[in-house]
Amino acid sequence: MKQLMLMLVILCSLPLSTLAKEAKSISDDPELEKRVMALSEELRCLVCQNETLAGSHADLAADLRQEIRQQMKAGKTDKEIVAFLTERYGDFILYNPPVSRRTYLLWFGPFILLGGGLFAFYRYIRRRRELISEQPLSAAERKRAEELLRTNPEKEPA
Amino acid sequence: MRYAIPLIIFLIIAGFLASRLRGGYDPHIIPSVLINKPAPEFQLPELRNPERTFSPKQLRGKVWLLNVWGSWCFACREEHPFLIEIAKSGAVPIYGLDWKDKRDDALATLDELGDPYAANVFDADGRVAIDYGVTGAPETYLIDKNGVIRYKEVGQLTPENMRDKILPLVKELNK
Repeated sequence: MKQLMLMLVILCSLPLSTLAKEAKSISDDPELEKRVMALSEELRCLVCQNETLAGSHADLAADLRQEIRQQMKAGKTDKEIVAFLTERYGDFILYNPPVSRRTYLLWFGPFILLGGGLFAFYRYIRRRRELISEQPLSAAERKRAEELLRTNPEKEPA
Repeated sequence: MRYAIPLIIFLIIAGFLASRLRGGYDPHIIPSVLINKPAPEFQLPELRNPERTFSPKQLRGKVWLLNVWGSWCFACREEHPFLIEIAKSGAVPIYGLDWKDKRDDALATLDELGDPYAANVFDADGRVAIDYGVTGAPETYLIDKNGVIRYKEVGQLTPENMRDKILPLVKELNK
């Protein structure tokens, strides 16, 4: 049992250790490396498009991280580096694209959907309330109800 | 009527998904932001003669193709025979950007498959490819007489995209 656990632990840590190797820092300045990774988190890898530049193992991502590292060393601000990259790769590289006519749907689409959902919900609730709204009993109904209440519950037919 | 609205929503979603599945939509093709912008300048050693350098400036007054490739890139290998065909036809000169490659490997590939390139530049660290917004190989840029990028093909050149897009543009730009 102990051995099995040990094996499981090793197996689980395997992919992690290889990951750590791939993403090893190239510069020996941890502060710079932190900055590179923080900015890379905001950027999309152009090869595996659902990964960030920080998380990707693609060659191009490594090149771009290196480019970012060098520009940071040269004293460029994050903003300047992002401008450099969008000049070449377009807004596509940004996980946080600017609001423009092309991205209106992206930015506001979810709110439109939410609004539509809330509207549909509101209408549903209203209709339901109308259906179950209290209506005064008619005289005949009241009489029947009283009769039912008067009968002995034990004798009541099932 | 009760089912009409869900049905319509379903049809819209299904139609959207179908349009993305069919019609050759490829999410990897990112529209280039460099179209109609000056081709980034660079100066790199040539692949065959490392002591000689190449710069796009040298080709002012010419319409030419810049083909990004590498000996490690399988799709480039597939594309190669067609590049040779283009070179033979003399329609437009092809210059190569040998991207993140080893010089010996690249030369061996050209020896094996033939060399369609008027010249090749050697971009070992991929720095120039970043300037050109390269996302993968092969990619091909069409550059006009003033050094402006007029078209970019992401992926292989094929008889179809050559006939329908690139050659008509080359003709127009050569006027």
